[in-house]
Amino acid sequence: MEQTDNLIKLSNGQVLSKETIDGDIATINFGPTHPATHGIFQNILTVDGEKILTSVQTVGYIHRAFEKLAERRPYNQITPITDRLNYCSSPINNLGWHMTVEKLLHVEVPKRVQYMRVIIMELARIADHLICDSIIGVDTGALTSFFYPFSEREKIYELYEEMCGARLTTNIGRIGGFDKDFTPVFHQKLKEFLKTFPKAFEEWNGMLERNRIFMDRTRGAGPISAERALAYGFTGPNLRAAGVDYDVRVMHPYSSYEDFDFTIPVGVNGDTYDRFMVRQEEIRQSLRIINQAYNNLPEGTFHADIPEFFLPEKADVYNNMEALIYHFKIVMGESEVPVGEVYHSVEGGNGELGYYLISDGGRAPYRLQFRRPCFIYYQAYPEMISGANISDAVITLSSINVIAGELDA
Amino acid sequence: MTNNELLDALHEHLGTKLIVSEVLFDTLVIEVAAADAFGVIELVKNDSTLSFNFLTLIGAVHYPEEKGRELCVVYHMHSWKNAIRLRVKSYIPQENPSIKSLTPLFDGANWQERETFDFFGIQFEGHPNLTRILNMDEMDYHPMLKQYHLEDETREDKDDRFFGR
Repeated sequence: MEQTDNLIKLSNGQVLSKETIDGDIATINFGPTHPATHGIFQNILTVDGEKILTSVQTVGYIHRAFEKLAERRPYNQITPITDRLNYCSSPINNLGWHMTVEKLLHVEVPKRVQYMRVIIMELARIADHLICDSIIGVDTGALTSFFYPFSEREKIYELYEEMCGARLTTNIGRIGGFDKDFTPVFHQKLKEFLKTFPKAFEEWNGMLERNRIFMDRTRGAGPISAERALAYGFTGPNLRAAGVDYDVRVMHPYSSYEDFDFTIPVGVNGDTYDRFMVRQEEIRQSLRIINQAYNNLPEGTFHADIPEFFLPEKADVYNNMEALIYHFKIVMGESEVPVGEVYHSVEGGNGELGYYLISDGGRAPYRLQFRRPCFIYYQAYPEMISGANISDAVITLSSINVIAGELDA
Repeated sequence: MTNNELLDALHEHLGTKLIVSEVLFDTLVIEVAAADAFGVIELVKNDSTLSFNFLTLIGAVHYPEEKGRELCVVYHMHSWKNAIRLRVKSYIPQENPSIKSLTPLFDGANWQERETFDFFGIQFEGHPNLTRILNMDEMDYHPMLKQYHLEDETREDKDDRFFGR
């Protein structure tokens, strides 16, 4: 920051006259390890009193070189990497990756697998939105709104646990389907969840939705227009809050999403309140989709018939020569993959999650690039908070659902 | 709009600028010269029928074997009006890896180009702030290039033939 007698030059090149400044100009570090940033993000804010003039972002604190790692791993070993992108909804990342590989292999998975995937992915979307919306509550000063849906999220994690044994970094499913069918415990827990969750959700929603304090704090905070959001490459609930009804599930349906009846909620102003409301409505729509998928779950097997990629039954491995060979090839990552180049995207928790995969026929991808939605839209953050108070910057950051793991890859 | 209709429209608009085109897994992929890439993307964005309004992704791929065209810059475009995707590729030599920046067309290109510069060393001409983004500023190489191996090459305890690549 350079100063002359009556001009101040800010770090982004903007020049202000001292007459327009109310208080003193100060530079503060918001992050990287600040309790209000919910992750490792640094914003160097130039403030005039409480008003934000500019913000310079630093990202990359937890960069783990996923794209480089993927170039040395067999396809099935890349799934655990995808867990660690948006770790609030890792099943969507896992299943999106499986679908990408299946597209490359020209594999059609059974209808039952597609419906099972839809159920798991929509559960993940609910968990993702529950976290994001409850954190907006925390940042506006209502800790109850974080703890109350915690027990509901716990039920979703128990469902993951029943299917794959893990809760956060799930590595759920396999290339070609799932490792097992829905278990009796899963059925029982899912039915219980579908019965009790709507009531608990509406009770929690009632705490915030028409709450005078919450509305006053969030309405008009961190707004972005549809036009600017599109220019910045927004996708997901943040774009829909600005009024654009783009949803990958509808425009390019995958995993039988065309079979289900659901609506895309859109906002008007693109502010924090609209983002909150869009997510809340998406939770209701996700529940609708789960109900439809679960009530019409087709009969059939839980995996496609691709022995080169789908691990055989353990009993067969001991008693059947062919199964033993395939088991060995899959575990050692020696399965043949065709040459090809494919882009597949799914509607992730916070936007269009894409996988750009180039295979040269080797055991590992030649190049794998993730389209990480929050990396692309987080660059709009300085524009969204310019002129706002620091406390508005905090709720804007939590309401755009920036997940450090996905941001930094 | 189908890929064939899109290809016909592109032939009409671009003429000889369109070097190669193929359909890979339902997506039309076209190759244009690096000097034309900006103009082509501007055209497909602003044309009212094509209307590729959304920049999905910018990335790069390194092909060290192909002399003179080692680096490939890949733009994923998406037309929401026609619900169709288009992939635009431009090859550039590693000695002079330079291509025009898309930041005047899409603000969202800013960080994606910084990331591509960070990992592949591609110079985006006209970018307002082409600095490293995910790696630290002191780093003196571009790690996604194929000559930089993921693991220490002096290791003798691990035989690559058995583990992936």
